Amino acid sequence: MIVAEQKPIGEILKKLPEVEKLLVLGCDTCVTVCLAGGEKEVKVMCSAIRMADKKIGEVTGFSIERQCDREFFKEIEAVVKESDAILSLACGAGVQMLSDYFEGKLVIPGLNTHFIGSNEGAGYWLERCLGCGDCMLDITGGICPKTRCSKGLMNGPCGGSENGMCEIDPLNTECGWYLIYERLKKLNMLQNMMTNQPPRDWSRAHDGGPRKLLREDIQP
Amino acid sequence: MKNSKAGSRLEKLLDRGEFVVTAELGPPKSVDREVIDSKVEALRDAVDAVNITDNQTAIVRVSSISTGIYVAEKGLEPIFQVTCRDRNRLAIQADLLGACLNGLKNVLCLTGDHQSFGNHPQAKQVYDIDSIQLIKMVKDMRDEKIFQCGEEIRNSKKAEIREPRFLIGAAANPFADPLEWRVNRLEKKVNAGVDFIQTQCIYDMERFEQWMEEVVSRGLHEKVKILAGVTPIRSLGMLRYMRDSVAGVRIPDSVIKRFEDAENAREEGINFCVEQIKRFRKMKGVAGVHIMAIEWENAVRGIVESADLLPRPNGV
Repeated sequence: MIVAEQKPIGEILKKLPEVEKLLVLGCDTCVTVCLAGGEKEVKVMCSAIRMADKKIGEVTGFSIERQCDREFFKEIEAVVKESDAILSLACGAGVQMLSDYFEGKLVIPGLNTHFIGSNEGAGYWLERCLGCGDCMLDITGGICPKTRCSKGLMNGPCGGSENGMCEIDPLNTECGWYLIYERLKKLNMLQNMMTNQPPRDWSRAHDGGPRKLLREDIQP
Repeated sequence: MKNSKAGSRLEKLLDRGEFVVTAELGPPKSVDREVIDSKVEALRDAVDAVNITDNQTAIVRVSSISTGIYVAEKGLEPIFQVTCRDRNRLAIQADLLGACLNGLKNVLCLTGDHQSFGNHPQAKQVYDIDSIQLIKMVKDMRDEKIFQCGEEIRNSKKAEIREPRFLIGAAANPFADPLEWRVNRLEKKVNAGVDFIQTQCIYDMERFEQWMEEVVSRGLHEKVKILAGVTPIRSLGMLRYMRDSVAGVRIPDSVIKRFEDAENAREEGINFCVEQIKRFRKMKGVAGVHIMAIEWENAVRGIVESADLLPRPNGV
């Protein structure tokens, strides 16, 4: 899922314009699961804004299934029309979709979107995928070197791997290639690491420009 | 007589089986020529070639290639270092062409320290390619005469191929984890086409000997020339710092004890270094020594002399 966190309330208040009617809009999918922008967070955010020293007339809270999907905007057309500005608690994709759909309406992002990751425990998420467009997890035992190695090396581990940890943060950051090594050992596939991996084709990643996915087979 | 790869002095000495000596010359953090000049004089005739570091520890300095050209004009043979942190495959290949055009003949291919260690921790890292892919790219430019994209290295379809030719070096760390993978990693670099290796600085001689034994048992020393890395210790504090804070450096308790007991740490540092070099010379597969006297270039000549390695042989 997409993992995001709320911007500090001070930053949000600074960004908010002093309008008559403000809509705080949550998103019930990824950011609800990562406790950043769901229904509950919308309620808390509304209270915080009401209590703040800010000349905002009315603060309304609402939440929809997904802000990254046009079909869910229909139900809020009326409430958006009533509002002067929207504070979106969705990921960056949601904020942009919302801005496109309600063009002319000021949308302020309330979250910082971080990564595609996993839920590792209470309040703990970990980046797992860069969305590079060219998956090689079969070779590396299901651990992504581009994501988990601090340098994104394809032929690791580098000389900075010590006791399974990465030199950039030996207390908190595991060496991705050490994890790959241990995993491949268990799979009896260490030979995979002996192959010199060639340079990546970054045109399949973001470096090729904003990516589009168009499935011909499901076009009307 | 075998064909030369780049025709550098370093290559000739290694081919001849001389026990070579290289050192490190870190460019200044400003356009202060005198810093380079004094390091050049400290190292002149004391070593066979000097590594010119590339924004080492991710701190901005005079670029390695331009310092290399400057140093070569002063009569020292440079080994310019290239890291993958700051430049992508286009920039690196352009720099390789430029380095060759300006007469440089030895390159050291490195991954590069993470930007978080340096003075611009907010910089965007590149790592378009890694050190092993870099080795292969430099080798393909030299031997296959092609760019990384596969195009031939010629200015136009009708023009002659004019490829940059370098003796290709890389680093190896016998002490990082997983320990049992370290010789494999060297082998990957050999497979990529590396000509010589300079190791991470060695303090744990036993571990290094074990690593070398495995290198020799696989016959890798016949495919790549291995220079053992040393860094002379200047103080007990420096030794402890390296043990506690530099990843991939292993310092045995016996070495710490030796420096704790020493009356003069600097003298002991030089003595230890000289002893190490004398031991390396007896080890099968060790082709030379790489002395990384960090901001202590003045110590190098004394170390080389005490190790009975002066005068340096003629490179012709």
